[in-house]
Amino acid sequence: MSAVEIESLVVRYGSVTAVDGVSLRAEAGEVLALLGPNGAGKTSTVETLEGFRCPDAGSVRVLGLDPVGDRRALLPRIGVMLQSCRLYSVIRPVEAVRLFAAHHPHPVDDPDALLDRVGLRDRSRTVWRRLSGGEQQRLALALALVGRPEVVVLDEPTAGLDVHGRDLVRSIIRELRDDGVCVLLTTHELDEAERLADRVAVLHRGRLVALGSLDELAAADRGPQSVRFSGPSDLDVAALSTVLGGPVRAEGPGSFVAEVVSSASTVASLAGWFAEQGLPLGEVRAGRQRLEDVYRRLVEEAP
Amino acid sequence: MSAVRAVVAQARTEVVLAVRQGEQLLVALGIPLLVLVFFSVVDVLPLGSGRPVDVLTPSVAALAVLSASMVGVGISTGFERHYGVLKRLGVSPLTRPRLLGAKALATVATEAVQLAVLLVVALVLGWDASFSFVPFVGAIVLGTVAFGGLGMLLAGVLSGPANLAVNNAVYLLLLLFGGVAVPAAELPGPVGAVADLLPSGALIAAMGDALGSADTAGAGTWLVLAAWAVVTPVAAAATFSWAPRD
Repeated sequence: MSAVEIESLVVRYGSVTAVDGVSLRAEAGEVLALLGPNGAGKTSTVETLEGFRCPDAGSVRVLGLDPVGDRRALLPRIGVMLQSCRLYSVIRPVEAVRLFAAHHPHPVDDPDALLDRVGLRDRSRTVWRRLSGGEQQRLALALALVGRPEVVVLDEPTAGLDVHGRDLVRSIIRELRDDGVCVLLTTHELDEAERLADRVAVLHRGRLVALGSLDELAAADRGPQSVRFSGPSDLDVAALSTVLGGPVRAEGPGSFVAEVVSSASTVASLAGWFAEQGLPLGEVRAGRQRLEDVYRRLVEEAP
Repeated sequence: MSAVRAVVAQARTEVVLAVRQGEQLLVALGIPLLVLVFFSVVDVLPLGSGRPVDVLTPSVAALAVLSASMVGVGISTGFERHYGVLKRLGVSPLTRPRLLGAKALATVATEAVQLAVLLVVALVLGWDASFSFVPFVGAIVLGTVAFGGLGMLLAGVLSGPANLAVNNAVYLLLLLFGGVAVPAAELPGPVGAVADLLPSGALIAAMGDALGSADTAGAGTWLVLAAWAVVTPVAAAATFSWAPRD
């Protein structure tokens, strides 16, 4: 049994089909990202897992349970972070974690320590409405974890967070995975999926257009090969194109892409040319496609 | 045991948050207190025979129950729903019966404090201190269920701001025409007849049994109150939407 099982799921709102036949599984100890643009069906999918809506067709199971029919048995075992969720406007974080701990049959031993973990120790007595958006977001994450969940469903967990908050949330998600928790999260940010997820499910207009690890997605991608690198913005791309045997173009200030076979010898030629010219060579990326490229092509090719 | 722990924790949170916000407590305690003191001292209401404080005490006790259960529960629940707090609680293991139990517990705790303060002030003003336990508890329980149900009915169907406005409007209408400020018998004929069938009039008559010198409530009064205590929660349960109104 997988921790999360989604089978031919269909969700409709009136005449609009938000989720159109999605099947996927997520296992204990893995982070699965549902990735897609706004309106791709990510939130509708997770809302069926949370028991907020019944599938119009197909089925979902979390820990082998039906999120609607087996609600009472399931809720103590999962942790949920809703998109743009509000709390009582004058509740303090320390009161909120203790309250939610009291609702769970087997909560963490020390709910207050959870506030340290999400970086809210200094704000533990500040009422909710005076917390910043990022602090509210981190409190919502703490509340999702207070019941020691086996499956965690996070809808846009890093949206609206600053760099520090993102790092914190990412490290917590990795810890959860290492503890054997199944983490299912949604994001429309490629960077987030790339950093966090073991596997990525790409949704587009309610359909699953790709599912797999980043390496698998990149390997299955039939797009042209390329090597990306950064260097001085006044680089002589024409000369370098001749050396590498394929077109080199600037993607942005100081960042370039060479549409050539992505191999060690290409990288060696590239590095050699930079050394000859006495130029500084920045980040070089070859072999694996960026998720962004794979994703763009998947979404563009999708019917 | 975990059910008791969850309900008590939730009820305590609801009380703490209500005290911290203050406005609802002002309505729940301040207005009944003001009515009691002002109209006991200044003889302007047509209260019929008897000393004003003896006539007012049951009405004001009823008003306190009405405001704690309908306005207090209704407005806070309406905003909790409006802002998605109920949706968040809906994915915690707190079940709906437990949430309702916690709200009932919090309301009764609020009422206990209100009634204690009001009755002490009434004594100071010279209330004759007639008290019957069974009608008192009966009036509190039936009144809380009837008006709590009405508050939940409004909270479950209206958007947050509309719920706030309608709750306050219903409170004011019941205060003026429901036999609270002015006894039903003193209202013009048809209005008085309607007031007898309203839960507010029935609650006041029932409180009259509990805290008045004479039995004011017949079986009909208790029947009216009991009927409201069935109708409003059932209507609320049938129409309540836990998710915010789109």
